[in-house]
Amino acid sequence: MSPAATNAAIPLSRQREKPGQSLKWIGKSMKRVEDPRLLTGQGRYIDDIDLPNMLHAAVLRSSRPHAKIKSIDTRAAAALPGVIKVLTGADIATTTGALPCFANPPVEQRCVAIDRVRHVGEAVAVAVAESRYVAEDALERIDVQYEDLPTVGDPQQAIRSTGDAVLHPGRGPSNVAMQRHFSFGNAQEDFAKAAKIIKRRLRWPRSGAQPLETVGAVAEYDSGSGKFTIHANTSMYNYVGWTMALSLGVPAHRLNVVPVIAGGSFGSKLFVHKVCVLAASLARICGRRVKYIEDRIDNIMACDNHGSDRIYDAELALDGDNQMIGLRCNVIDDYGAYFQFGIGHHGNALSQIVGPYKIRSVDLNITAVFTNKCQQGAYRGFGSEVSNFVIERLVDAAVDELHLDPVEFRRKNFIQRQDFPYKIPTGNLYDSGNYSAVLDEALRMLDYEGWRRKQEEYRKQGRYVGIGVATCQERSVFSATEFWMLNEDAGFALTSSPEGVSIKIDPLGKVIVSLNAPFWGNSPETMATMILAEQLKVDPDDISVAYSDTDHGLAGTGPGGSRYTVMVAGAIVGAAGMIKEKLFRVAGHMLEASPDDLELRNGKVGVKGAPGLEKTIAEIAMHAHFFRLSMPDDPTLTSGIDAAYTYDHPLTTLPSDDRSDLGIFYPIMGHMCHMPVVEVDPRTGQVSFLDYVAVHDCGTMVNPMTLAGHVRGGTAQGIGTALYEQYYYDEQGQLLTASYADYLIPTLHEVPANVRVGHIETPSPFTEYGIKGGGEGGRMGAPPAVCSAIEDALRPFGVKIDALPVTPRRLRTLIREAQARAT
Amino acid sequence: MAKQSVTVTVNGTRYQRDIEPRLLLSDFIRHELSLTGTHTGCEHGVCGSCTVLLEGLATRSCLCLAVQADGLSVETVESLGRIDALHPLQQAFWEKHGLQCGFCTPGMLMSVVELLRVNPAPDREAIIESIGGNLCRCTGYQNIVAAVEYAVELLRTQKEAAE
Repeated sequence: MSPAATNAAIPLSRQREKPGQSLKWIGKSMKRVEDPRLLTGQGRYIDDIDLPNMLHAAVLRSSRPHAKIKSIDTRAAAALPGVIKVLTGADIATTTGALPCFANPPVEQRCVAIDRVRHVGEAVAVAVAESRYVAEDALERIDVQYEDLPTVGDPQQAIRSTGDAVLHPGRGPSNVAMQRHFSFGNAQEDFAKAAKIIKRRLRWPRSGAQPLETVGAVAEYDSGSGKFTIHANTSMYNYVGWTMALSLGVPAHRLNVVPVIAGGSFGSKLFVHKVCVLAASLARICGRRVKYIEDRIDNIMACDNHGSDRIYDAELALDGDNQMIGLRCNVIDDYGAYFQFGIGHHGNALSQIVGPYKIRSVDLNITAVFTNKCQQGAYRGFGSEVSNFVIERLVDAAVDELHLDPVEFRRKNFIQRQDFPYKIPTGNLYDSGNYSAVLDEALRMLDYEGWRRKQEEYRKQGRYVGIGVATCQERSVFSATEFWMLNEDAGFALTSSPEGVSIKIDPLGKVIVSLNAPFWGNSPETMATMILAEQLKVDPDDISVAYSDTDHGLAGTGPGGSRYTVMVAGAIVGAAGMIKEKLFRVAGHMLEASPDDLELRNGKVGVKGAPGLEKTIAEIAMHAHFFRLSMPDDPTLTSGIDAAYTYDHPLTTLPSDDRSDLGIFYPIMGHMCHMPVVEVDPRTGQVSFLDYVAVHDCGTMVNPMTLAGHVRGGTAQGIGTALYEQYYYDEQGQLLTASYADYLIPTLHEVPANVRVGHIETPSPFTEYGIKGGGEGGRMGAPPAVCSAIEDALRPFGVKIDALPVTPRRLRTLIREAQARAT
Repeated sequence: MAKQSVTVTVNGTRYQRDIEPRLLLSDFIRHELSLTGTHTGCEHGVCGSCTVLLEGLATRSCLCLAVQADGLSVETVESLGRIDALHPLQQAFWEKHGLQCGFCTPGMLMSVVELLRVNPAPDREAIIESIGGNLCRCTGYQNIVAAVEYAVELLRTQKEAAE
């Protein structure tokens, strides 16, 4: 059977818990169990870890975007009282190797640069001292001599770089990290016979997560056992933490990563290998515990939070009936100086590149380039937020050029409810959806027609009010194939992205569930508590949640790609099934009943049809833990009540060898419709919000309150991306927005007063209870919706938005240009 | 660096410490006194996570030296409620889902404490004025404002019950 034929088959659903059940906890808003300790200042974030005999590190960062390091003189710094060590990249490289890299071929990156710096902010030396203050003093006494190399800033110029402008000459004579063409369906034919082709050149600028807590690690090295312990606000340590052991040159069992809750991530703390490996290296060299916490400028310049940075030449083919038939994109993506996750961001985007529309062919040319900027990491959307922007900009352009109705044109092109499960041209599957229902709910909630009437009245008064429409996908539950399937040579072609949980019932009948990745601002403890309370029919107050380190953890990938709730639910259903079986077995002995005749009741196990004939879970637990000999001598009946279960991706297949079909890799498909109403002051370019409706379909909701929180928070971030935020590098490669005074995160003054959130629930046929992911949607929908609204407001001027962020200055320029064109 | 003796009253307790004059108030609170509820997000005075009350006034502790607080009183988030007896403001943030990662929260709470002491019935504009300079990256602020409005209600009910 050919690979394509294999992929044509949709694997059977492994769903055990069907949607639509009558449920006690799932689907009802519950206050977060995490909150009381956070509200009282007892969160214990990474900088709150304070261990005896701990040293403090500070990092000297490159002032040069691209240079050879000629020499580093550390003597004056080392002589400063209180300084323990001042180390260069070469010093650290004597014991620590290159950082983990998910690209193939890999790109060598070090936690401290060895002989060459490739972006401003790259680490060039480290001071370790008795206090952070002294460590920072020492940095000022380090003398670095550089020999400047040509700076590559413009991604289009990067394609043509030669000689000294090539960042990684060992990897080839060019700054093109990867260039590949993909064709799905017959795009050539669709474009040849198209009645109309809509074209736009679109610029998505580099912005980033910027959680309010930076990244940090406290590391220790036990020279007696040769084992490292790293406390860090990292997340994927039970997935790829072992690769840091490889960097440190020790077997993976000699590295224990202990999780610490994170003060926000939005993707940027997925891995944080630079900080962890640096702190661990320093601990080994200094023979003492070392704490390294990024300051804000470290974080902005050199962490893992720079998002996609793309230029698209995008084209949409329409037939004579205004049906979208083909999509063609030529995209250059500026990956910066290194290549942490390969071009996984584009793999991700191919999961939903046609949006919610019945587009039958896709032609894509991807060029990934190296420039003298910080490497990309992950930021809420991981590349798919950009493809949402591109397709929605094209749709708005078609509406504009062909004088169509923005609502009805979308509706007419939607994949229809009866078409699911629906395979898009790239091979990914959309499991389920009801896009018209989402659109209708948004129209109703906004009172779209009412706003259209108000808009006319405002225009008569000389006010520029616009109504935006964006109908976007939110793929959820990533499969690991996205990381490598676009590579020429797949490399480490992993296919697992599991999530485990372990559950135990203590002797007094209370439940402890251990997760394998920590809280990072989402609500994993509340979510796990709700699902487990549902499964075991116990009170949520009787459940506590712990986070496993790598010594004790199961396989677990952690939050990311809007996967966590779906995956943890799958793992809990599996583990709770085993717990129930054990409870029934022990209770069966206690009640002299067959386990098959037993059922769970609120905190009890009882005989079906016999009210009162029951034992509390506390009684059963005490019996299971301490009265082994009261039960039959069966080697399978062990003391205690505990279970571990690892849930694998619910629905994924391999890509075909020729990549004409990428397989099913991101099938749990959410959807959203955002409708902002904005007013633009054409004299100042200021955009303000008069209303905002966001209707999301994330399948079965677990906790509507926290889901709405995600939608609103993500929307605010999307507004930041659309209007204010940019890591702006000038032509000399200097990052001009390296502080919060310059990198503008929306404040209360810039966001809508009320993002009105609505929900449609189209359950997934493949996940437990029909849950879909919902963590990224707001940021994936707001940018195209806001642009649509601004264009609509400025329709009398004919302003087109092709580049973000639409700052007041950019908007004024666009208005001026439009006015000049008109006269 | 020569050390200097300071005495600062934090949450009602007098602390004497010998410190370098350059020590930030935020680091003094966090590292000298181990009161880690006060967070530092940017250390250049923009984000507001480190906001404490200095003599009752909301102050960015990252822009203030500990020696400047010598002889003065400081209030931090630890002065509010405990997990089993939350302050009404904390209770309101919990009820209204006014936090996600919790990192900006102590600064938000202390800014609002200042507001409510001078204005127990603030309108929306006053609330925005009070916390408009505190960054939150998680919530989009909407539930924070809702939480403050709810706290006003809770405090009023509490006061009426006491009278």
